[in-house]
Amino acid sequence: MVCAMVAVLEIEGLRKTYRSRWRGERKALDGFDMVVEAGQVHGFLGPNGSGKTTTLRTLLGLIRPNGGRMAILGREVPAGLPAVVGQVGAIVESPQFFPHFSAYDTLSLLADAGNLSQQRVPEVLEVVGLRDRAKERVKTYSLGMKQRLAVASALLKNPQLLILDEPANGLDPGGIREMRDLMRDLSASGMTVLLSSHILGEVQQICDSVTIISLGRRVAAGPVADVLAQHSSGAVRVRLESPADLPAAAQVLVASGARVDIQPDHLLVTGVDKPSSVTRMLAGRDLYVSELAPITVDLESVFLELTGTAPVAGQHRQVDESAEVPA
Amino acid sequence: MKGLVRAEFRRLFKRRVTRLMLALLVLGLGTIITAFSLASHKIGPSELAAAEARAQSEYETQLRFHEQMVTECEAAKSRGETITDRFPPDCGREYSPQREQFEAEWFLPYEFNFHDEFGIFISVFAGIVALAAYIIGASYVGAEWHSGGMMNLLLWRPRRLSVLFTKLGVLLTSVLGVSLALGALWTVALWLIGKFDGQTGKMTQGAWESFAISGARGIGLVLAVAAVAYGLASLGRHTAMALGAAIGVGVISEIGLRIALNIAGVKFADRYYLSTYAMAWFEKKWTLEDWNACNLSFSGECRPDTFVVTWQQSALVFGLGTAVVLIAATWLMRNRDVT
Repeated sequence: MVCAMVAVLEIEGLRKTYRSRWRGERKALDGFDMVVEAGQVHGFLGPNGSGKTTTLRTLLGLIRPNGGRMAILGREVPAGLPAVVGQVGAIVESPQFFPHFSAYDTLSLLADAGNLSQQRVPEVLEVVGLRDRAKERVKTYSLGMKQRLAVASALLKNPQLLILDEPANGLDPGGIREMRDLMRDLSASGMTVLLSSHILGEVQQICDSVTIISLGRRVAAGPVADVLAQHSSGAVRVRLESPADLPAAAQVLVASGARVDIQPDHLLVTGVDKPSSVTRMLAGRDLYVSELAPITVDLESVFLELTGTAPVAGQHRQVDESAEVPA
Repeated sequence: MKGLVRAEFRRLFKRRVTRLMLALLVLGLGTIITAFSLASHKIGPSELAAAEARAQSEYETQLRFHEQMVTECEAAKSRGETITDRFPPDCGREYSPQREQFEAEWFLPYEFNFHDEFGIFISVFAGIVALAAYIIGASYVGAEWHSGGMMNLLLWRPRRLSVLFTKLGVLLTSVLGVSLALGALWTVALWLIGKFDGQTGKMTQGAWESFAISGARGIGLVLAVAAVAYGLASLGRHTAMALGAAIGVGVISEIGLRIALNIAGVKFADRYYLSTYAMAWFEKKWTLEDWNACNLSFSGECRPDTFVVTWQQSALVFGLGTAVVLIAATWLMRNRDVT
């Protein structure tokens, strides 16, 4: 994928506070930062209520921020939004359309409103797989079909920046794969995609970079590989030919300065420079390794760690109960 | 901007509520025209002669009844019965029916007179079109907000006030166009009824001008009603906001306030009801009378106190109401978070 270092989207110190006479203040965004570079597929992750949708709505001029700076395609927004909106395709939260119009009519009206050629309508309907159902009223559509229509409406402008909020929501497995392929294709064609999603496996597969938000603040950002590396424990799993030797092996490794967690059939070892040194040390004491494997982290575990939203047995985590991060 | 205007015209006329209301409007107005066409009959010498004959026949029938009653009375009297509880004094001889009491015009069929009656028909037309305009105006923006269509549109056209006023402009232009077209058909249809099934009356240029001014006032009210519905639905982001407000104002102003002010004995209480201003708007002025006051005239006649509501005052009330709603809708559109 193209990886130019030109920022298509920049957010600095974005703040949004909701004030209610009865419920007091709630900081939806508390100095949030994000940068999305051109040509990337950028994942935007966060638990429910962390501020993802508020960020996207603020970026698109639907919500007025209390502070901070935003820029899209080099233009300050919201002031410059009318100038760049023609190059930004977006779907925000669940797809919402007038239920009594057909998909074709919906897109055709948007094309008119955006001064676009009506020829784009059948093109995008084809891309999202709604060609044969385009004349049916939206109220008859499943959630997945509405999601496809939403993506079609975002693609209608052939935008430079595509903002998709939970685009795979409601899609069947085939649809999720199609969506993944579509985003890859769009990115390959030079389009920048900002993808908000809870399907972390998908994000890990298709995104070049990510931003993770928790309680309205950025808790991690950067290329996916870097974020994973930063939160990798460097642990290795060690199995021996004889499980009875595990305590002895643990003693050897602890004596060398490593940290060891004894499991019933293996050891989890951290704090070693090179995994090969484990083999060498144990072989020197006639303890023979049958498996030596690095423990890999995935985006889900990093996400749960950073946002403090990992489920705990016997507890019911409430929305907004996420990890506090320093300002 | 052109594209947005085109899209909004298309959207408005694609909506089911718009199509349904237009169909009902045409059907309702058509029904009235048909009913009056069937009810009105041109009166010629034969109709006059028939009415004269019916008046004579009715007179003779009543005379016969009267003579019969007198005969029965005399008979009862001669039998020595008490008759005062059943018959008038002197057996009602002096109450004999008179021929001139039976006017032929009572027996004439209804004849529509365009010159005399079209003014009322303008008010009826404006009232019906205003009702349709209110529902169309409220639904046009209310359903858009409620369904999320407005949010989608704002992702394409982030200048909110431009969207708000383009939609309002499209609505008012459409309502004006439909009102003018249907108003022209309404005028022609009623004129034809007058021409072929009634009378057109003496239609001078002044009479036409007067109708044109009444029509313009009617359409003005229709546009104000559409704008208020649009503004209210926009404020509440739901069609029900406008419909609820209409019902609320109707209940409060026309029922609740009427009862409360009557109990309180407020003089000229009708000046606080919107319907009074609507009447004044159509009739140029509406005079309220207080029969509790007695102002003696030179002839000793008791005349009530009066309070005149003029069409200019109506213009002020409706204009201010419309402006307040639209200013509130504009302010909220500019400042609200679209969540």
